[in-house]
Amino acid sequence: MDATPPHVRLANDIAAQFAHKPLDEAARQVAAHIRSFWEPRMRSALVAHLAAGGAGLDPVARRAAEELRSASVR
Amino acid sequence: MSLLKEPDHGTPAREGAATVELTVDGIPVAVPPGTSVMRAAKLAGVDIPKLCATDSLEAFGSCRLCLVQIDGARGTPASCTTPVAPGMVVHTQTDKLAKLRRGVMELYISDHPLDCLTCSANGDCELQDMAGVTGLREVRYGSGVDAGANHMDAPKDTSNPYFDFDASKCIVCSRCVRACDEIQGTLALTIEGRGFDSKVAAGAGVPFFESDCVSCGACVQACPTATLQEKSVVELGMPTRSVVTTCAYCGVGCSFKAELRGDELVRMVPYKDGGANEGHSCVKGRFAFGYATHPDRVLTPRVRESFTDPWREVSWEEAISFVARRLREIQAEHGTGSIGAITSSRTTNEEVYAVQKMVRAVFGNNNVDTCARVCHSPTGYGLKQTFGTSAGTQDFKSVAKADVILLIGANPTDAHPVFASRMKRRLRQGAKLIVVDPRRIDLVRSPHVEAAHHLALRPGTNVAVVNAMAHVVVAEGLVDREFVAERCEGFAEWEEFISRPEHSPEAVEDITGVPAEELRAAARLYATAGNAAIYYGLGVTEHSQGSTMVMGMANLAMATGNIGRDGVGVNPLRGQNNVQGSCDMGSFPHELPGYRHVAEDDVRGIYEELWGTPILPEPGLRIPNMFDAALDGSFRGLFVQGEDIAQSDPNTQHVHAALAALDLLVVQDLFENETAKFAHVLLPGTSFLEKDGTFTNAERRINRVRPVMAPRTGKHEWQIVCEIAQAMGYPMHYDSAARIMDEIALTTPTFAGVSFDLLDRVGSVQWPCHDEAPEGTPIMHVDGFVRGKGRFVETTYVPTRERSTRRFPLILTTGRILTQYNVGAQTRRTANVAWHPEDVLELHPHDAEERGISDGDMVVLSSRVGRTTLRAVLSDRMPVGVCYTTFHHPVTGANVVTTENSDWATNCPEYKVTAVQVALAPEQAAVREELTARPVPAAGE
Repeated sequence: MDATPPHVRLANDIAAQFAHKPLDEAARQVAAHIRSFWEPRMRSALVAHLAAGGAGLDPVARRAAEELRSASVR
Repeated sequence: MSLLKEPDHGTPAREGAATVELTVDGIPVAVPPGTSVMRAAKLAGVDIPKLCATDSLEAFGSCRLCLVQIDGARGTPASCTTPVAPGMVVHTQTDKLAKLRRGVMELYISDHPLDCLTCSANGDCELQDMAGVTGLREVRYGSGVDAGANHMDAPKDTSNPYFDFDASKCIVCSRCVRACDEIQGTLALTIEGRGFDSKVAAGAGVPFFESDCVSCGACVQACPTATLQEKSVVELGMPTRSVVTTCAYCGVGCSFKAELRGDELVRMVPYKDGGANEGHSCVKGRFAFGYATHPDRVLTPRVRESFTDPWREVSWEEAISFVARRLREIQAEHGTGSIGAITSSRTTNEEVYAVQKMVRAVFGNNNVDTCARVCHSPTGYGLKQTFGTSAGTQDFKSVAKADVILLIGANPTDAHPVFASRMKRRLRQGAKLIVVDPRRIDLVRSPHVEAAHHLALRPGTNVAVVNAMAHVVVAEGLVDREFVAERCEGFAEWEEFISRPEHSPEAVEDITGVPAEELRAAARLYATAGNAAIYYGLGVTEHSQGSTMVMGMANLAMATGNIGRDGVGVNPLRGQNNVQGSCDMGSFPHELPGYRHVAEDDVRGIYEELWGTPILPEPGLRIPNMFDAALDGSFRGLFVQGEDIAQSDPNTQHVHAALAALDLLVVQDLFENETAKFAHVLLPGTSFLEKDGTFTNAERRINRVRPVMAPRTGKHEWQIVCEIAQAMGYPMHYDSAARIMDEIALTTPTFAGVSFDLLDRVGSVQWPCHDEAPEGTPIMHVDGFVRGKGRFVETTYVPTRERSTRRFPLILTTGRILTQYNVGAQTRRTANVAWHPEDVLELHPHDAEERGISDGDMVVLSSRVGRTTLRAVLSDRMPVGVCYTTFHHPVTGANVVTTENSDWATNCPEYKVTAVQVALAPEQAAVREELTARPVPAAGE
């Protein structure tokens, strides 16, 4: 069984769909998708995972998580 | 035959203006060209005697009872096969005709048992009626055994669980054979022999049960005598009252007349005026209703402190009070978001609406999801992104105008049989068929139907295939540029994307396994054959790229201009009766009713004002998220309405662990299902025969579900939800289900004006309903897309993580079979188990031989998450390397092996791709015995 936390696995799945786009554009769309469809505690878990080093996040998902983090800071 | 008869015009209607004027018995009438004299007469109010004619079938002209005289014409032609002509003067009642008809009836009766008083069709027999109408008073040839050679001793075939075939009562009118051919399209029946030896036969000398008959009931419906008769009528007698309602099985949503004696349901008869089915049915809707009165039904609420304790039967008051108290306690300890609910696609719109309202207004969160999460949630996402609304584009009738049908990941002859019959009718008329499916489903080649192309792709490569088809359309200049320029946006970027060489059929051939030339030919056919219609099922959505594939199909339809008229479109075949409705009603955790996001202030404002409570602007948890949150301890209480998540959801061990971790699990269901084994409260649910409300089918048709009998539990399900809400301190009350629909119509723009009164008046409506279309919209996006312009979306093919390996070298895909439905809770409690008593594993003979497996062997099916044991069936309709099973029986539990992989956008599980290994079970006899010994519900009557 895959031990990857669900929020990391799901964020990477979304990111893979936008991987053909430039990084910033892809990350923006991934972050928008997560904001639209993820319950806040899942978003918090992703941001917390990023703060803890973000192990396992692919580059697009990582950038999206950063965008979500800065939005939540604002 | 049916007790409460709709008018029968004898022959089918013809399209066109009523331009042909004639008189029948002096009465003027105007009808469309091609109409039969018989039908014209009926429209003029004149009934012509008939036996072999009925308006669901083309005229046959065999019984010679419908003879008429026409001024200027010789002889006495059959009115059923004679088309009208301008100025025709028809006489239906003359002495000559009366004599001829009596003579015909004498011959029929001379070879028919005269046991009318003890016959099961007494009072519902057209032969009996015609004997009366023709004034038959004597039979000069004698009757029965006195008449010489006869068929009185012809054998009775009682092999079918639901109907008998009594050949002694057959008048060889061929209505049953023609119904099987023309309506059902199975062609299982025939007339065997010649002349006096002619008889109806199901296949070559085999009983009905062993024949190709699919028990749809069309032959029973068509039979004018007691020859083909429901066993229930034979046993119980003729029904005395009838209620028109809607089937509770698949997403076709057939209308039926429930025919009863008092409160006892005798039979279900398909309703001719039902918009979805127009008088047709399948074995489930027509016959498999015995579960509703099965002794396994839970009728009294049950409560227990721990799911390991025995149940305690309690009053409704105690159960509701327990649920409310525990939910509030959990919220007090763990927060507002620690509880939630799952709505069901098997309950009514009104029941679903009540649950999502309870979650939003009383629980104070958006933690509501629905079982569509695990089937068609990618349809909701994909069609909203591209077209602007989460629904199929056509009505079912539209398929009759299609010139080419692209069928992707759907097996309608098993899962949506009544729609499949419509589709097969069109294919027999010459429409072309393209099948995209790893399996050689029946429609690839069946009587009078053969697919032009079968793209037997590798599981998980849908997106690569649809992209390649779109690539061909663009590269070979087949784009409908005018449509795209006027109606769509984003085309230039998409065209650049899809034109890339990596999307060509040749480039993806190694990925998909589909020969490039075959794919090119299929794409050309789709783009150039005229009206091209896409129909799809869970073979599209239940993938890690399900949403991408839905958008890919929408791209293909837009690029070729196949949207916005009859015969085209993108159409999901919904799995359950109210999948569409449960989604429409705001069951998703990010959407309020009508697919409006919870973040939209103005939409929230509508409900906040009406409900008098704030609504959270943030999405709630989806079903898989609920399971994850249950395991991390932040989600503690769950109300499950009519869904067996412990059996239907993937990765059973994970689901069971999550359910076991809950502090409170409330299950509302007909039976103590697999989920209820983890429950603390079991609230009895109502069957569709007891419900009062509406279902919305796959063509967005809102149909009435009328109570055939009072709730056996004493309460409607929406009442229970309201009482829980009230016990939690929120004033939620409705006088009736009709008032809930009134609230839905008041707050949901696409349901504007919908009410029980409207539905009772017009039969059904297809949303959207609004001022310009108060009675609905059969075809969507006619002059413009719901979102304005149709949006092209770049659909990157991202392979699933699930790959075959040395340890798990085969790919398992799952699906349904005709006689069973979903987790089988209903159909396993009917005689349908005669056809499918267990789930089996279909395996290609080559894969079997490599493993030393023979047909019928018990095998162990294992994946990286679990294993189960079931029987192997060798079948070359599976490609090498792919195996298949169904999930109707908890004994085998197919979802023990399915994984956590899901659609990237919606988390719809990837049921269709699991890497597995299959091995011969070591102790065949012991395994078979162990499997047999596991408890399963007994079949119903």
